[in-house]
Amino acid sequence: MFGDYSIGDLASILVMQGFSGLILFSVYLLMALGLAIIFGQMGVINMAHGEFMILGAYMTYFCSHLFETYMPGLYGGYFFVAMAVAFIVSGTAGLLVEWLLIRHLYARPLDTLLATWGLSLIMQQAFRSGFGAREVGVELPPWMMGSLHATDTIEVQINGLFVMGLTLLITAAVALMIYKSRWGLQVRAVMANRTMSGAAGIDTRRIDRLTFGLGCGIAGVAGSAFTMIGSTGPTAGQLYIVDTFLVVVFGGAQSLLGTIASALTISQSQSTLEFFLTGSMAKVLTLLIVIGVLMLRPQGLFVLKVRK
Amino acid sequence: MSHEKSREKRTTNLLTPTRRELLIGAAALSATAMVSRPTLADEFPTAKVNTTGLAVTDSEVTVGILHSVTGTMAISETGSVEAEKLAIEQINEKGGVLGRKIKFIQEDGASDWPTFAEKAKKLLVNDKCASVMGCWTSASRKAVLPVFEQYNGMLYYPTFYEGLEQSKNVIYTGQEATQQILAGLNWVQKEKGAKTFYLLGSDYIWPRTSNKIARKHIENVLKLKVLGEEYFPLGNTQFNSVINKMKLAKPDVIYAIIVGGSNVAFYKQLKAAGIDLTKQTLMTISVTEDEIDGIGGENIVGAYACMKYFQSLDNPNNKAFVPAFHKMWGEKTVIGDVTQAAYLGPWLWKLTVEKAGSFDIDKVAAASPGVEFTGAPEGYVRIHENHHLWSRTRVGRARTDGQYDLVYETADLMEPDPFPKGYQ
Repeated sequence: MFGDYSIGDLASILVMQGFSGLILFSVYLLMALGLAIIFGQMGVINMAHGEFMILGAYMTYFCSHLFETYMPGLYGGYFFVAMAVAFIVSGTAGLLVEWLLIRHLYARPLDTLLATWGLSLIMQQAFRSGFGAREVGVELPPWMMGSLHATDTIEVQINGLFVMGLTLLITAAVALMIYKSRWGLQVRAVMANRTMSGAAGIDTRRIDRLTFGLGCGIAGVAGSAFTMIGSTGPTAGQLYIVDTFLVVVFGGAQSLLGTIASALTISQSQSTLEFFLTGSMAKVLTLLIVIGVLMLRPQGLFVLKVRK
Repeated sequence: MSHEKSREKRTTNLLTPTRRELLIGAAALSATAMVSRPTLADEFPTAKVNTTGLAVTDSEVTVGILHSVTGTMAISETGSVEAEKLAIEQINEKGGVLGRKIKFIQEDGASDWPTFAEKAKKLLVNDKCASVMGCWTSASRKAVLPVFEQYNGMLYYPTFYEGLEQSKNVIYTGQEATQQILAGLNWVQKEKGAKTFYLLGSDYIWPRTSNKIARKHIENVLKLKVLGEEYFPLGNTQFNSVINKMKLAKPDVIYAIIVGGSNVAFYKQLKAAGIDLTKQTLMTISVTEDEIDGIGGENIVGAYACMKYFQSLDNPNNKAFVPAFHKMWGEKTVIGDVTQAAYLGPWLWKLTVEKAGSFDIDKVAAASPGVEFTGAPEGYVRIHENHHLWSRTRVGRARTDGQYDLVYETADLMEPDPFPKGYQ
């Protein structure tokens, strides 16, 4: 298939393809971070993760309209405000959900699966009633659209760069919080042994609530960022949920490093295979690779040593 | 008009014989005159027009509306429900069908195909609906088809679809694949001098069948070249790899049949990758004004869509239809191809029932071929022997505001050909 192309063409495609693999990596990582925190720390499988993302996306839609109507001069910067709003709203919703629903179910992990799935249906219908069944178009400020013209054949997508930067920032922040802060220390203690940390005076319930809120908040930011590349509709969260779970489970549920490695593996194989095969076949092969690895390593790529 | 004439005829018959009969006749006449709206219902007694026990009374006839208003497909099907309700209201304002007001029972298919089948059975068996307007995806239609055939119902199906189906119990008011595809490809060859094509689609029956037809037409009839053909899982949100591949292949025309939320991702990423659709020709058969709402006009401006209806069509029918739709459902609601096709359903059924002079399913099915609707927003349609519609095919170009400018329409009505020879 390369016979007809010049070396220059091939080089530029290599660069572009590498870049699109990196974008995909950032997208996967951003999707999975919130879920990884919740799943890893609390053992709660949050099926409504996609809906928290879409809540963030709707907040972005809402903010873009607000800015357009009341502050057209500041429109170029609305996206940053929107991400903050998305974080706060999704995070608060997460805290609320934890308090109302999840905390009653900690002893029963399979029930949280069912409960959060029900929650996802409720949230979908709420979006549908609140924002209408049709998809909404989120307009971006002009500077965020289009691409940087590196050479004649290499175009660097601005929104791709933006997502990459954002992912880097959030991952760094999460890593800092988990490995350097007092809260992170408590989180890791709870993760390692819930009963013992309770006995040592850690308020595990508070930690759980904050963790769930944080996870949902990050989901909200991710959703907000994805308005640049995907659709915003009541059921759009479903588009992300499978890939998200794939990344988290493949990486090993309790490890941030695992999530990063898993997002990288899946995105690179997906993006490379997609180039040589067709989209559907690439997906099939990626899933086969994941299944193969999970058969050999049921805990995922990276496993934290946890005393059971 | 015709019914008034025939009533006069009946009155004169009453007048002739005897004085006594004349008095009775006069009394009867004034009695009918006192009823607020003299109805056709007297002319077509229920016992005669409904011999199979459908839900038809002297004053009412019940039809069903069966779409998804919850679940994934609600995004698409909402417009169809709105159009069907508008048509029913307008028909009722004009006196109903054979003098009977249409009452509708709405059921929710919930984007789930077994639910569609179950609700279809409910509408036919419990509610005895005289006809059903419904379904959107081919999967839902395939799920209800055996139900409609077993219990002998009448379905008006609005979506453009892949063809390869024909049933006595279904009227297909959208275009089948060859109607939608062939004229557009001919146009793009002639107008744009296209030589090479890149075919894309979501991975299920409609895009695959449609691209198969497109490929055969491109290679065998137009003698041009297909550089690539690719499919993506439904709901796929990452298109950067294929965009790179297309940049390498440099096709004259990108032919895209991507559906649902994937559409939004695809066009946003095309734009972000620096592919300017005002320069690169892209033709789609899956993006109506409804989808552009989600994609954003600025992301798709310049793309060509090939279908039978655009909201911006300039004809008297459409000029009445669009404001009526906006009045009922809000100024900002857009009207796409399928929404318009859904609007045709109740009207075609009404016209067919009046042609048949009966609500009986068998008579309606038999009377369907040849029924023409001159008030269609798309202009004019006529039902073919194969229960699909003769209709024009049009090419529109997307504007920034989410509407299409009409750039081409076929001079003649395109013949529906659900089983195209040489394309399978």
